[in-house]
Amino acid sequence: MNKIRVLLAKIGQDSHDQGIKVVAAGLRDAGMEVIYTGLWQKTAAVVKAAMEEDVDVIGISSLSYEHLLVPRLLNELRGKGSNIAVIVGGVIPPDEAQVIKDAGVAEVFPPGSSIDSIVKYVRKIVTEQKPSKDLEAATS
Amino acid sequence: MDQVTDKIDTECSTSITVAEGKKEFKTSSGIPLKRIYTSEDMKDWDEKKALGLPAEYPYTRGVYPTMYRGQIWTKRLLMGHQTPEVWNKRQKELIQGGQTGINFIPCCNTFFRGYDSDEVDKELVGTCGTTIDSLQDVEICYDGIHLDQVTSALNDPNPCTMLAMYCGLAERQGIPLWKLQGTCNQTDSISHWIACQQMIRFPLEGHLRCLVDLAKFCTENMPRWHPLSVVGQHMGEGGATPVQELGFALSSALFYVSEFIKAGLDVDSFAPRISFFFNVRSDFFEEVAKFRACRRMWANIMKERFGAKKSESWRCRFHVQTTGVELSQKQPINNIARSSLQTLAAVFSGAQSIHTDSYDEALWTPTPESQRIALMTQNIIAEETGVTGVVDPLGGSYFIESLTDAVEDKAWNIIKTVDQMGGMLEAVRKGYPQNEIGKSAIERQKKIDSGERTWVGVNKYTAPVGEERWPPQVKVDPEAIDRQIERTRRLRKERNQQEAGEALRMLYYVTESGQGNIFEAMVGAFKANCTHGEVIGELRKVFSFGRPPTIY
Repeated sequence: MNKIRVLLAKIGQDSHDQGIKVVAAGLRDAGMEVIYTGLWQKTAAVVKAAMEEDVDVIGISSLSYEHLLVPRLLNELRGKGSNIAVIVGGVIPPDEAQVIKDAGVAEVFPPGSSIDSIVKYVRKIVTEQKPSKDLEAATS
Repeated sequence: MDQVTDKIDTECSTSITVAEGKKEFKTSSGIPLKRIYTSEDMKDWDEKKALGLPAEYPYTRGVYPTMYRGQIWTKRLLMGHQTPEVWNKRQKELIQGGQTGINFIPCCNTFFRGYDSDEVDKELVGTCGTTIDSLQDVEICYDGIHLDQVTSALNDPNPCTMLAMYCGLAERQGIPLWKLQGTCNQTDSISHWIACQQMIRFPLEGHLRCLVDLAKFCTENMPRWHPLSVVGQHMGEGGATPVQELGFALSSALFYVSEFIKAGLDVDSFAPRISFFFNVRSDFFEEVAKFRACRRMWANIMKERFGAKKSESWRCRFHVQTTGVELSQKQPINNIARSSLQTLAAVFSGAQSIHTDSYDEALWTPTPESQRIALMTQNIIAEETGVTGVVDPLGGSYFIESLTDAVEDKAWNIIKTVDQMGGMLEAVRKGYPQNEIGKSAIERQKKIDSGERTWVGVNKYTAPVGEERWPPQVKVDPEAIDRQIERTRRLRKERNQQEAGEALRMLYYVTESGQGNIFEAMVGAFKANCTHGEVIGELRKVFSFGRPPTIY
C-alpha cells in the first residue's frame, strides 16, 4: 500500500508553527506519511527535499507573509519539471490568497480550517494527480 | 418528547429540572465545574490565608492598595509595521487616543531573527513589526517622544539589542539611564525555545548568558527597568491550557531567579523588577482564577522558597495580551466581542498593563483603524462600565475562590513535575513542556473539528456563502522598504569605520573572554553606528546560530 506522502514546510523567517504541527498530526492520523522540515527553510531547500522524498503534496504554512515567497517556490519546482501540488495554510489576506492561487497554488486553507477539510482535499488532489497509483490509502 | 415536556414545565414552574445540555461541564484546562458553589465548598477555606487584602501577602486580591481607583492599567497596545517613520506617526496617534504605555514590536522577519533589512527576502521586510537596523532607526521612531516621559515595553529578545539602542538614544536625548522606565518583555528565552522560536538567535545557553549580563547591568544602572518579563503568553498561543501556561511560566521564573542568585545577585536586588506576560483567552472565569492563583503562588515562591525579604519581591505584576488563536478569520468583526470580553477578564484579574488584539489580526498586521477600536475598547471598559471602582470584584465568590484553588493545585503539580526533572531548563531539554503543550493544541483542534467546542462563525453560526466581508488592509509600501535598506547601507558606508570596528572587536572580546558585560559592549557598538545584524553576527561568532529541536 502506498501511503500519501506530504512535505510540510515553514519558509522565510517566521516561527509560528502551532498550526503546521497540528496539521502534521492530523494528516498522520489520517494515515499519511508526513515530513515536516522545521523552521526557516529556503524555497530551494524545500523543492529539493520534496523531490528527493518523492512527495505527493507540499504544504506551506504562513503567518508573516511567507506566502509571498510561494510563487518563487512554484517557479523553482516547475523549473525542475516537477508537478507536485502545493497547498498553503495560515494567515493570508484574501486578495493575496487569490494572487498565489493564480500563481499555481492548488488551495489555500485559512485559520479555522478543519483538519478533515485538509485531509479530504489532499486525498482528492492526489487521486486526480496520480490515477494509476495504488490509492488504498487515499480511499481508506 | 421529554425535552419538550421539560421546556413547557419550566415555563410554568421553577421546581422542574431541565436536562443539562452537556454530560459534564469543564474549564478549558479540564477542571470539572459543579452546577452551583456554596459555603459548603469553602468549609476549610481561611480567608486571611487565601486572600489577605490588596497589597498584602499573598496578594491574591491585587498588588496595589487602590488598584484601578488609583491608576488605570497601562493601556499598552502592541504596534509595529513597515518603517520607523510609520511607527512614529502611529505611536503618536495611539498616545493621543489614550494609550499610556508603548509596546514596540520590531520586524519579526529581520530584527527578531538577528538580521538587517537588506539581509532577508524583501517581500518579508516590515510586514510584521517595524524595521529596526540601527540606533538611527530607534531615533526616528522616538522623534518627539522623550524617553523620560514614557514607559516602553520593548519586544526585545536576548541579547536585548533594542534596549542597547534605546540607551544610546537616551544619551542623545540627554536623559540619564536611571530615568528610563519599561520592560524587556522578550528576554524569557526558555519560552521562545518552547513555543515562539522566532526570537532565537543563539543556542539557549548564549541567550541565558546575555540575560544575566543584562540583569547585572540593570541592577547597577537602570533601577526602573525590568530586564525580565517571564512569558506564559507564547505557551498559551502555542496551545497550552491556562493551567499549563501558569505552571510552566512559574517554573521558568524559578529557573531564572536561581540563575541570577548563582550569578551573585541578591534576590531582593532584582526580584522587584521581574514581571510577567500572560495570555488571556475566552474561558472567562478560569482566566481570572489563573491570574489570582498566579499572584498567590509567586508570593509564596519568593518568600518561602527564595527567602526574599522585601515585600516588593513578593508582588507578581503582569502584562496581559488577548489571545490570537481564538480570533477568527471568518466574520472578523466578531473578534471585537472576543477581545473585549478577554480584556474585561484581564481587568477583573487586576492586570498591570493590557494589549487588546485588533479584530483583523487573524487576517493581517492591524491597521490604524482596527487598532483604534481595540484602544477604544479599553477606554470604554476603563471609563464607561464602572468595573474599575472595586478592587478584585469577583473575590469572595464561592465559585471564583474554589476555581482559584483548583487552578493553583494543578499548576503546583506541573511545577513539582518540572522540579523532579531537574528544573525548567532540563525539562525543556527533555522536550517535556513542548510535548505537553503540543498535546493540548491537538486536543483543542479536535474539539473544534468535532463541534464539541463552539467557535462562532467558524464551526457554528457560519455566514452564508458569499456573505463574508473583508475589512480594509494597509499593505507595506515597497518604496519605503527600499528607503530603509538604503538608509542602513548608507550608515554602514558613511560612519566612522575605525570607531565601529573597534566597538565590534570589543563586543567580540567581551563575549569570547567572559571579561566585562555583553550588554554594555553592545551599547558601545550601537553608539558607534554598528548595525543590528553586525552586532548579532559578532555574538554568533562566539555563541553560534540557535536552532531549537523540532518537537511535535
